[in-house]
Amino acid sequence: MSRTSPDWSALRKDFPILDQKIHGKPLIYFDNAATSQKPRAVIDALVHYYGHDNANVHRGIHELSNRSTMAFEAARVRSAKFINARSADEIIFTRGTTEGINLVANSWGGKNLKAGDVILLTEMEHHSNLVPWQMLAQRTGAKLAYVPVTGDEAHLDLAKLDSLLTKKVKLFAMVHISNSMGTVNPVAELCARARKLGITTLVDGAQSAGHCLVDVQAIGCDFFAFSGHKICGPTGIGVLWGRQELLDAMPPYQGGGEMILSVEYQKTEFKKAPHRFEAGTPDISGPIGLHAAMDYLDAIGRENIWKHDQELANHAYEKLAALKNIRLFGPKQNRAGLVSFLLKDVHAHDVVTLADQAGVALRGGHHCTQPLMHKLGVESTARASFYFYNTKAEVDRFVEVVKEIQKFFGQ
Amino acid sequence: MFDDLNDLYQQVILDHCKKPRNFHELPAATCSAQGHNPLCGDQLKLFLALDGDKINDISFTGSGCCISKASASLLTDFAKGKTRGDLENMFGHVREMITTGKVADDVGKLAVFAGVHKYPARVKCAMLAWHAAMAALKGDQKPVTTESEEI
Repeated sequence: MSRTSPDWSALRKDFPILDQKIHGKPLIYFDNAATSQKPRAVIDALVHYYGHDNANVHRGIHELSNRSTMAFEAARVRSAKFINARSADEIIFTRGTTEGINLVANSWGGKNLKAGDVILLTEMEHHSNLVPWQMLAQRTGAKLAYVPVTGDEAHLDLAKLDSLLTKKVKLFAMVHISNSMGTVNPVAELCARARKLGITTLVDGAQSAGHCLVDVQAIGCDFFAFSGHKICGPTGIGVLWGRQELLDAMPPYQGGGEMILSVEYQKTEFKKAPHRFEAGTPDISGPIGLHAAMDYLDAIGRENIWKHDQELANHAYEKLAALKNIRLFGPKQNRAGLVSFLLKDVHAHDVVTLADQAGVALRGGHHCTQPLMHKLGVESTARASFYFYNTKAEVDRFVEVVKEIQKFFGQ
Repeated sequence: MFDDLNDLYQQVILDHCKKPRNFHELPAATCSAQGHNPLCGDQLKLFLALDGDKINDISFTGSGCCISKASASLLTDFAKGKTRGDLENMFGHVREMITTGKVADDVGKLAVFAGVHKYPARVKCAMLAWHAAMAALKGDQKPVTTESEEI
């Protein structure tokens, strides 16, 4: 396969789930921001692991335990490469982005935040990068501040950033790509400005990691979290990356087996990162499936995937913008692979139910960005989110379905 | 394209969704309750003006999908002039119908919601106003949510 021009229709055949009808119509899966589908390579890796190599990791002496430990740790090395981390010791396996952020909030935040400190977020955060900080603020007496969003186009109002980046800010957590708006935030610039003031930074990479090249060293953040299931991997596995020096200074997140050097009745000596943060028998098949997913994506080339995502999103945006009685959200330029919209006088859930009848899987609701929805004066939007196995023809069909929905509701 | 959806979006439902009846606040209300569906953010507020057991007037406000708005509208249509007991009784019939599709004899126009049971994701939309009405009758101050009620 050529790196420069992937054969997209051949790649689509790698996804057995896509070849089916929903309510008698060919499935058009446009709910990729919620979770991606899985290629045969990932499904096979899981089947192979359980069929041949399954055993508990670490400590085991027997052959199967060796194999599963090797595969588990190989996935850590692969994950480090995937985001250009300096070392696999900076990779902590989690259940997903949410757990990664909770780990930082509890461990780093619990140790480093005190009353009066400020946690800076943006108004477009997913609840997973908002609620853990709210809980931490309530526990420590720290305060939350937000970088404002400009309106329906949902850019960050960077003119306000200087006045928000005060000496009281200890942490700046931001989403790389907005799951509900499709905004691509200038995270390298934001982290650089925070770093000048000694502020620790966390980037929520749930929507970016599998869609574009991610280099945590180039971004210049301190923590980066993402989920396996949104990047063709299994559910239940995610990655938290943190700078080694920060991880080494952080207390454990949970206690238990796997994370200790020695235990006595009254005290415990903990392992170094990353094992310090992985108590108990981990999800073993998860990292193995994730490894296969990362190999699969990088064989296509994430720069190619990003281009394809953007082409589909721009095409969808232009065609929807030509309709009457529609309100579109998110940036007009440099949009990630999704389109969020509302039809006049038609609730997003009605749009999704009708689209489903036509075989098109959309999502409607607040997309776990409820404060942003309220700021924009809406309860919900309908969202079509794309991945590399989607096609322009599917987007055209989706737009036709949207027109039919408008007709159905008498517009 | 959407012929199969006629079960769910019956003409009566579409009509009540576009032109909801009794869609206003009620200054004479003696009780009210809020219904909230955290899955979609929908909020309904139901107002009742009770005279003893008689429902003299009833209305609602809020935002929601077609199903939840039409359900609230048809509920108010039904309840006006009825008694507390009538409304509680109908709540049982409607819940049964919306979750199983079984239509009791005396549900009248509300039978248009029988098709909802085939769409499990939409059952909560149809039940929201009904739960809010029961909460209002009970005098509950706390908003009811579709996540805390057994729907």
